Amino acid sequence: MAVTRTEKLPVQATEDVVRVRQAVRAWAVELGFSLVDQTKIVTAASELARNTVVYGGGGTVEMESLIDGARRGLRLTFADQGPGIPDVDAALRDGFTTGHGLGLGLGGARRLSSEFEIRSQPGAGTVVRITRWK
Amino acid sequence: MPMSPGRSSRIPQLLDRHEKDLLTAWMERQLQSVAARRDLLDDKELREQSRQFLRLVREAATTSDDIHGAEWAAVRDLLGSISVSRARQGFTPSETATFVFSLKEPVFALLRQQLGSDAGAVAEETWNATVLLDRLGLYTTEIYQRGREEVISRQQQDMMELSTPVVQLWEGILGLPLIGTLDSARTQVVMENLLQRIVDTGARIAIIDITGVPTVDTLVAQHLLKTVAAARLMGADCIISGIRPQIAQTVVHLGLDLTTVITKSTLADAFAVALQRVGLAVVRSAPTRT
Amino acid sequence: MDRIPILKMGPVLLVSIQVDMHDQLALTLQDDLTDRIVTTRARGVLIDISSLEVVDSFIGRMLGNIAAMSKVLDAETVVVGMRPAVAITLVELGMSLTGVRTALNVERAMEILGAATGNGGTPPGEVTDGRHPD
Repeated sequence: MAVTRTEKLPVQATEDVVRVRQAVRAWAVELGFSLVDQTKIVTAASELARNTVVYGGGGTVEMESLIDGARRGLRLTFADQGPGIPDVDAALRDGFTTGHGLGLGLGGARRLSSEFEIRSQPGAGTVVRITRWK
Repeated sequence: MPMSPGRSSRIPQLLDRHEKDLLTAWMERQLQSVAARRDLLDDKELREQSRQFLRLVREAATTSDDIHGAEWAAVRDLLGSISVSRARQGFTPSETATFVFSLKEPVFALLRQQLGSDAGAVAEETWNATVLLDRLGLYTTEIYQRGREEVISRQQQDMMELSTPVVQLWEGILGLPLIGTLDSARTQVVMENLLQRIVDTGARIAIIDITGVPTVDTLVAQHLLKTVAAARLMGADCIISGIRPQIAQTVVHLGLDLTTVITKSTLADAFAVALQRVGLAVVRSAPTRT
Repeated sequence: MDRIPILKMGPVLLVSIQVDMHDQLALTLQDDLTDRIVTTRARGVLIDISSLEVVDSFIGRMLGNIAAMSKVLDAETVVVGMRPAVAITLVELGMSLTGVRTALNVERAMEILGAATGNGGTPPGEVTDGRHPD
C-alpha cells in the first residue's frame, strides 16, 4: 500500500470544520468516489472535526490518498492534545440523547467508514483514523 | 543531475547520448512485433510516445530506481495512458507490454557496443536494464488489467440498472420489481437508483416487490430496510410486497425488525394500499362485459 | 455576522439553506427562527435543504430542535428536498429525525402545512379511518 498524496489541515475553530468538509469533498471527488461514498466520508469527517474542536481543544487532520493494488482510498487522521476519552467503548455506543458530548459522532463516523481506529487516553489526547476505500 | 547514493549505472547517460539511434532501432522492433496490428497504430503517434518514454525514463533513472516512487510518476502516467488506450482498441495484454519489452534488444545492443571492452560492466548494466524494463513492462500489464476490469464493471453496472427498472404504477406511486438473486452491490445500486427516481418523480409511495427474489440474506434485508428508512427521511413511504413464506421465515430467524415497514404479500395488495394513501380510489364505470 | 434569511409567506416562514453552515450559523438560525415564529405568530415553518450536500449529526439535531421548538410554539415544521445521498448517510449515521416531518418538494410541503395551519382543509391521504366511500 502506498500513500500518493498527503496534506495536513488545522482543526482549531468551528470554521475549520467547514473547511475540512470542503477539502475532504474535493479529494473524494478527485479519487472518483461515488456521490454516496463522498457524502459518507465528508459527513464522517465533519463529525470527527467537530469532536476535535469542541472536545479536543483543537488539533489537526492529516489527509492521505492511498493506493493498495487496484483499489484507491482516502484516509483521514484527526489528532488532538485534549483531555482524552476515559471510556472509548461508551463513547462509541451511540448517545441518542443530545448534549451528551460525543453523541452519534464517533459511532457514526465508524459506521460511515471502511476502516476505523481510535487511540485515546485521559491526559494523552486523542487520535482517530478513518479510511474509505473506493 | 545528482544521482542517488549507490546508483552508478551508466544507462541514463547512454540513453541521453544515443537517443536518436536507440529510438530508430526500437521503432523498428515495435513495428515488426505488432505487424498484425499495423492498422491500429499511427506511426507518428507511436514515435512520439516512444520518444517521450525514453526521455522520461532517462530523467527518472538518474534520481531513483524505484519505479513506484514519485520520481517515476511521469513514466507511469505515460505507460498508463498508452496501456488504457491500447486496451480500448482491443490489443492483448502481451501486445501492449511489447511497447516496453521490445526496447530490450536495442538497449542490450547499445550496451555491448558502448561498453564492449568491459565485460563486467556489460553484464551489470544488462542486468540493470533488464530489471528496469521488466518492472515497467509488468506495470503496463497491471494497468491493462485494471482498464479491462473497469470496462467489465461498467458493463455490469449498466446491466444491473437495465435489469431492475423503476416503473411508475400511477401518479405518485412507483414500483420496483426485483428479479433474481440480489447481492449486496447490486442491491445498493438499485436502491440508490430508486431513491433518485423518487426525487425525480416526486412520488409519495414506492412499492418494492420481491416476488421474483428467491432468497434474502441479512445484508440484502438490511439494505432494503435502510432504503425504506432513507425514503421515509426524504418524505416518501415504501411498501415491501411479494414476501413469500420462506422469506418471512428468514426474516423472523434473522431477528429483523419489520414493524416499522408496511409489508404485503402481493403487489396487488400493495398497490391498493398505495392508492388509498394518496387518496385515490378505483371506481367501476360500466358493467363488466362477458 | 452573516445569517440565513427567513422569509414570511402568510402564516408560514420559509428558510432556504444554501450554504455549508458552520455550527454557529446553525445555532443562530435556530434562535432566529424561534424568535420569528413568536413575533409573526407563524403556524408553519418550511425548511428547504435541497442545496445541502451534507447533513451531519449537528445539523440533524438542529432540524430536530427546530421541529420540537416550533411545535411548542404551535407551529408545524416541514423539511423539504433532502437529497438521496444525504438520506442514505443519515440512516447509516443512525439519525432517525423523529418528530421532523419531511416532504420531497415544496408543493407537498405546503399541502401538509395547509392542513396544519387550517387552510385548504385536510390534504388527501390524511384520512385513515379505513372506510371506503360508498
